[in-house]
Amino acid sequence: MDLALKVWRQDGPDKPGEFREYEAKGISPEASFLEMLDLVNERLVMAGEIPIEFDHDCREGICGTCGVMINGHPHGDQKGTATCQLHMRKFNDGDRIVIEPWRAQGMPIVRDLVVDRSALDRIVEAGGYISVNTGGAPDANLIPVPKEASEAAMDAAACIGCAACIAACPNSAGQLFTSAKLAHLNLLPQGQPERYQRTVAMVEKMEEFFGSCTNHAECEQACPKSISIDNIALMNRDYMIAKFKDRRKAGQA
Amino acid sequence: MTTLDAKVPEGPIQEKWTNHRFDINLVNPANKRKYEIIIVGTGLAGASAAATLGELGYKVTVFTYHDSPRRAHSIAAQGGINAAKNYPNDGDSVYRLFYDTVKGGDYRSREANVYRLAEVSNEIIDQCTAQGVPFAREYGGLLDNRSFGGAQVSRTFYARGQTGQQLLLGAYQALARQIALGNVTLYNRTEMLDVVIDEGRAVGIVVRDMVNGKISSHSAHAVVLATGGYSNVFFLSTNAMACNATAIWRAHRKGAFFANPCFTQIHPTCIPVHDEFQSKLTLMSESLRNDGRIWVPSDADDTRPPNTIPEAERDYYLERIYPAFGNLVPRDVASRAAMRMIDQNRGVGPLKNGVYLDFADAISRLGKDVIEARYGNLFEMYERITDDNPYQVPMRIYPAPHYTMGGLWVDYNLMTSVPGLYAIGEANFSDHGANRLGASALMQGLADGYFVLPYTIADYLADWLNTTPVPTDHEAFRQAEQDVDERLSRLLSISGTRTVDSFHRELGKIMIEYCGLARSRPGLEKALSEIPALREEFWANVKVPGTGDSYNSELARASRVGDFFELAELMCRDALEREESCGGHFRLEHQTEEGEAKRDDVNQAHSSAWEWTGYGQPETHHKETLDFEYVHLAQRSYK
Repeated sequence: MDLALKVWRQDGPDKPGEFREYEAKGISPEASFLEMLDLVNERLVMAGEIPIEFDHDCREGICGTCGVMINGHPHGDQKGTATCQLHMRKFNDGDRIVIEPWRAQGMPIVRDLVVDRSALDRIVEAGGYISVNTGGAPDANLIPVPKEASEAAMDAAACIGCAACIAACPNSAGQLFTSAKLAHLNLLPQGQPERYQRTVAMVEKMEEFFGSCTNHAECEQACPKSISIDNIALMNRDYMIAKFKDRRKAGQA
Repeated sequence: MTTLDAKVPEGPIQEKWTNHRFDINLVNPANKRKYEIIIVGTGLAGASAAATLGELGYKVTVFTYHDSPRRAHSIAAQGGINAAKNYPNDGDSVYRLFYDTVKGGDYRSREANVYRLAEVSNEIIDQCTAQGVPFAREYGGLLDNRSFGGAQVSRTFYARGQTGQQLLLGAYQALARQIALGNVTLYNRTEMLDVVIDEGRAVGIVVRDMVNGKISSHSAHAVVLATGGYSNVFFLSTNAMACNATAIWRAHRKGAFFANPCFTQIHPTCIPVHDEFQSKLTLMSESLRNDGRIWVPSDADDTRPPNTIPEAERDYYLERIYPAFGNLVPRDVASRAAMRMIDQNRGVGPLKNGVYLDFADAISRLGKDVIEARYGNLFEMYERITDDNPYQVPMRIYPAPHYTMGGLWVDYNLMTSVPGLYAIGEANFSDHGANRLGASALMQGLADGYFVLPYTIADYLADWLNTTPVPTDHEAFRQAEQDVDERLSRLLSISGTRTVDSFHRELGKIMIEYCGLARSRPGLEKALSEIPALREEFWANVKVPGTGDSYNSELARASRVGDFFELAELMCRDALEREESCGGHFRLEHQTEEGEAKRDDVNQAHSSAWEWTGYGQPETHHKETLDFEYVHLAQRSYK
């Protein structure tokens, strides 16, 4: 396949950026999208140019490192697919492909297509855990978890933290990411003791970095793991309750 | 040749760990904050160790070259984690898990370490469950188990096909909590490029900030490497693109012995290579062998689509050759059997480089919904990559480099041969012998990080109470920084005519051909003549673009590939000197009449530990004799 690429190039967070055009000729339809970029970079290096920087690692769709806007869609327009799992057979010979980094104020550009997503770590640090020190845990089967609850928690926990949801949102909102972590923990019995303080802490940390949710649902469309926006409803509900709840009575049934 | 002291505690195997924890030095809670510990890597081992040491009150600094600790490649582990809970009531026990693991490792691991691993396996499940890891459950709300290769009991806990992800997120969240509490300091996008040694002990590391290229030093009372394995020496492997051997190799060059480098695992169920430009291989979890049946056409010339080949003309070769374990034989056995089929020209697919993994029987027996619930995400991943629907046509699979049992030599305390320098998880050689069983890597990473290192490191630290770490302006740090700087500058200044990847690919081809699934003396000798030549060409002709003071992933790759050359040579040397076949190390000269691995327990019942003697110099070979007091050495049979 022969393709024409229009790629965002930017030397650093404070440097100006611009689109540049590249040819990608003789690409195998069996190649993944990132293998196509590898090949373009190999050729750039041999031509004495600086290759295009992009984040990537596992290339199995699980680490969440990769992610670029492809023709205006985070990870491209194949549903439930991370950039590394997108294959060139989904494109046509002669296509022109526009490749951009995630764009959101809370995720500044590091270089070219690489962005700084450390805000997501800060949100998890605010409360995205169950406080249990190593060694103090009871036998695992002393905590029965209804299968449906466990499955729902797993659905939310499947989030790979790629930030496509934020890139997709017209408000650059971090609701889907934050609510997925909250749903994972808040749906489980183990997560109950810290449920409300966790919700408040994570939501408020999220708002330091990202915009407000106005129910566009672009995030769900863009999510490579098809995380549901139902989680956002759960989060909003818990956040609301947290504001009224007398947490001294949390031990009562 | 020296004999290595593994510091295995005295007493019956069941009591060694308990006694050892009583006998070793402790650091009292108030004193823990006086100690600084560096941890490199945030996979299962690194993140769990950093979190636990932080909880205990030590001052921990943790480094990752990723943008977030959660990206480490442990995240890609699919199938599960073993533990001897015996919840299914099928006769499992700590002793059985220990026995299976030593046998699965083809009797080349240290009994005491493996026993301890089996012993703490149950605590791992408790800990992870309490953290909220969403393990699969039965309708009654209790935990579910499945089977894995090399075991006749169901002892594998899992979270769909994303067990590694969920365990890593558990450890990452525990780490995040300690970061928020200020007990752990995190440096992301920061790569370790050297270990600093002063007066014979590890006192810190030199790192490079990958965003601005700044080289700096960090000192501590102890350094822990949790930097994973080296399968990427083969270029094409199931490892993530960035996985590399630099941290352990730099430690090796500074005096840490490297053990059993030739013990590498080729995983039987990966998606076959499709073309020349492929960047990596994708694993399909071993758990698929619970329900999938492996076969090839009986007739080598049969090119009909798989679904039209009648039962009678299929060869379910694993079920035929190994009736007792069938499709669940250990990985090394399954990989070699697949290789033999392909060597007999009975491979399937356009390049005739795969075998079928067929779910038709399981789907008709259990229904598509059950299969989807068990393996949905794996089937989806397969379809993304190959464009085939595995619910309708059998998967095609092929063996690919996956895990490295070898690594830095460590004693019972997980300390390397350099005092103050520890290696945990896949970075050490500790528990898997010559072959790792499925679902045991997650177990070992978390055992080391949550339950072993946090105790054993105190034994070393106790001697350094009320001392401050060596300051980073000390001569040893300056020298190390200068060495790192010079090496990177040299890479940038070569301006040759070949890319880093072209060298890496060529090295990988040599390694997979001569030091892969099957090895022989002539092949290894050939590799040993080709690798140094390629290495010299690399240092004379590589082309690394850009500068050292900016984000430059080509430079990072070049530096890692430079280390792979040296490691590759040692792997071949180790493979040459190990005159036997065991586990993942299969020497064509040493096989039974049926083509199975033939060990030499008289002359080879040892771990090889190699000592660096200088660039381009032959390394010194040390041996740790393996004594088997509890496990009966036998030819492994899965028939």
